[in-house]
Amino acid sequence: MEYFIELLFSGLTRGSIYALIALGYTMVYGIIGLINFAHGEMYMIGAFTGLIVAEILLIYQFPLPAVFVLTALAAVIWSSAYGFTVERIAYRPLRKAPRLAPLISAIGMSIFLQNYVQLVQTADFLPFPSLIPEFAFLEPYAGIIGSTDAAILVVSLIAMLLLSVMVKWTRIGKAMRATAQDQKMALLVGVNVDRIISFTFILGSGLAAIGGVLIASHVGQINVFIGFIAGIKAFTAAVLGGIGSIPGAVLGSYVLGLTESLTTGYVSSDYEDVFAFALLVLILIFRPSGLLGKASVDKV
Amino acid sequence: MITRHDLRHAGLTGLWFMFLTFPLVVIKINPIEHTVHWRWSNMVWIGVVSFLASLTIRLVQGRRRTGENEKQQSLLQTSVRQFDLLRRPAFFRAALITSSVLLISFPLFFSSYQVNILTTALMYVVLGLGLNIVVGMAGLLDLGYVAFYAVGAYTYALLHLHFNLGFWMVLPIGGLLGALFGLLLGFPVLRLRGDYLAIVTLAFGQIVRLILENWSEFSKGPSGIANIARPGLFGLTLSPEATITYLYYLMIGLVGLTVFVVNRLQNSRIGRAWQALREDEIACQAMGIDKTKIKLSAFALGATWAGMAGVFFAAKTTFVNPASFTFIESAIILCIVVLGGMGSIAGVMVGALILILLPEYLRAVADYRMLAFGAILVVMMIVRPQGLIAPKRRTYTLPSTHNPVNSSDVPASDR
Repeated sequence: MEYFIELLFSGLTRGSIYALIALGYTMVYGIIGLINFAHGEMYMIGAFTGLIVAEILLIYQFPLPAVFVLTALAAVIWSSAYGFTVERIAYRPLRKAPRLAPLISAIGMSIFLQNYVQLVQTADFLPFPSLIPEFAFLEPYAGIIGSTDAAILVVSLIAMLLLSVMVKWTRIGKAMRATAQDQKMALLVGVNVDRIISFTFILGSGLAAIGGVLIASHVGQINVFIGFIAGIKAFTAAVLGGIGSIPGAVLGSYVLGLTESLTTGYVSSDYEDVFAFALLVLILIFRPSGLLGKASVDKV
Repeated sequence: MITRHDLRHAGLTGLWFMFLTFPLVVIKINPIEHTVHWRWSNMVWIGVVSFLASLTIRLVQGRRRTGENEKQQSLLQTSVRQFDLLRRPAFFRAALITSSVLLISFPLFFSSYQVNILTTALMYVVLGLGLNIVVGMAGLLDLGYVAFYAVGAYTYALLHLHFNLGFWMVLPIGGLLGALFGLLLGFPVLRLRGDYLAIVTLAFGQIVRLILENWSEFSKGPSGIANIARPGLFGLTLSPEATITYLYYLMIGLVGLTVFVVNRLQNSRIGRAWQALREDEIACQAMGIDKTKIKLSAFALGATWAGMAGVFFAAKTTFVNPASFTFIESAIILCIVVLGGMGSIAGVMVGALILILLPEYLRAVADYRMLAFGAILVVMMIVRPQGLIAPKRRTYTLPSTHNPVNSSDVPASDR
């Protein structure tokens, strides 16, 4: 039983990370109908920026909580900056192009960013310092849930809560939903669509960066290729929940995280990635609208 | 002319990029010894380069908008027209003959090292032409193309290992198995639209590679299969140099066959159906084209070439392992098709030769190879989505539109 609960918590932790990345995919898809292939790289860039900032702060012997907060902040700032820039360079000029053009451009951007970080940093694995202290009150449950897992759960839940509040009640959140529903109409009622799209990219990249720092601190090492696989899995989660839907992305992420953790715990870990890919293929074929998504109808 | 506004914009862009790249480009940490290495000179470079790039882009765009550079426009048009030269049959035939003569005589003048590189490049020509069927002609973005390449390579490796079958025996089997896997992928994705299709094919490619990596009893896992026999020549034993030359000529033969078949396919009924599918799926169905059959045939025929190229790859390197068939390989082949021109046979050939040979000969470029591939995909989509050599569209000119002067007379007499 204890093993099951342990797997449950590790599944929830995984799910939270997937959710932080999947939200970026789903928001961008909801607004401009593009699979932002380079989104996984935002997560990777967040983790790398985090590593650099954390190491410097640790050398100057800052207290651990301050290091964590500043690292996350720096990761969010730079990752968002990259997200914004990528949209401006690679997607904005192609907004009216045929459907495949922005997708190919996104794939190119993903390859470009991966190799850019590899050139200016390194292709090897780098150790990532553990930024989350051991919480004393979690001591009795150490066998079930670690401090890092708890921190990941809490931080990601707070981030998701803030996001949903923002999307639901603030002015810019309303503008985002309007743009997602109908871009032309939103323009007509005075929404600055370009700015909303930029903002969506900034927001998505920022969330992915938080995920990157958290998971890097949990796993303890990073390299430039982490973005690709995490991106695909988060995309799977977004599609599973119904791409374009924000609650769907969160639900899909937790479903994917739990199934992955349970299958690797009880069956085998050899085919962990195959499982995620196979799941992706199956959903896209049998229920492309996902769990919570609406089936889209193409009008001619 | 350069206005102050332009300068300010470029300056801001430069500053933005200096800020953007600051942590990753300037700071390098050593997490084991806990030391920090600052590389400030990089920041200056980034600033200067992005300033100049932004200024150039702005000037070009600004001129295009005001129509200030009619002279340059017409210059551009003549250079485009020179590309059209390729389409004139006489010129085309001459170019074809010259390039074939050059290719065939290549091993006589160059070392086996050079020949080997060219063989690799030609292999990518075949792969590019195969992917061109799926992506360029039928408009189905396939990101898992390398899976079929892997199928071909492992077909030869395994059949040779277990049954000691030779290259010539396996070459058609590899092609057939490639086609079979193409159908296997094609069936489930029939209903999917462009971007979902791309993701499913990507996942398919990953699944094939992961299975090869993990199913050790079948494929020997990550360590791969070694000692695969080279192609035989009527039982003769060839010296290493002669083998390379022999492989080169085999490759030339395969390229020739591919070009011939793909060219015939393009202008056939099925090829025109592919192009109709690419342009508009619904209109294509309305014209009475069986969508299922057409999509499946595109996947199968595209995959056939990857299967054959895979067999060839295994025979050339005499060693296969899953690491040769990563997503990056698919991306390189896609880049060849996009750079050359989706749907254009000559374009794909040029694209493959540029992208494979350039990094080989410019060692300075080699480190930045993948960086450039990524950038090429982005830049081509924005600047020239039709590729270096745009595909030729089959057109029929009606006599009345052909010569407007006569056309006013003709209808009168016709009536």
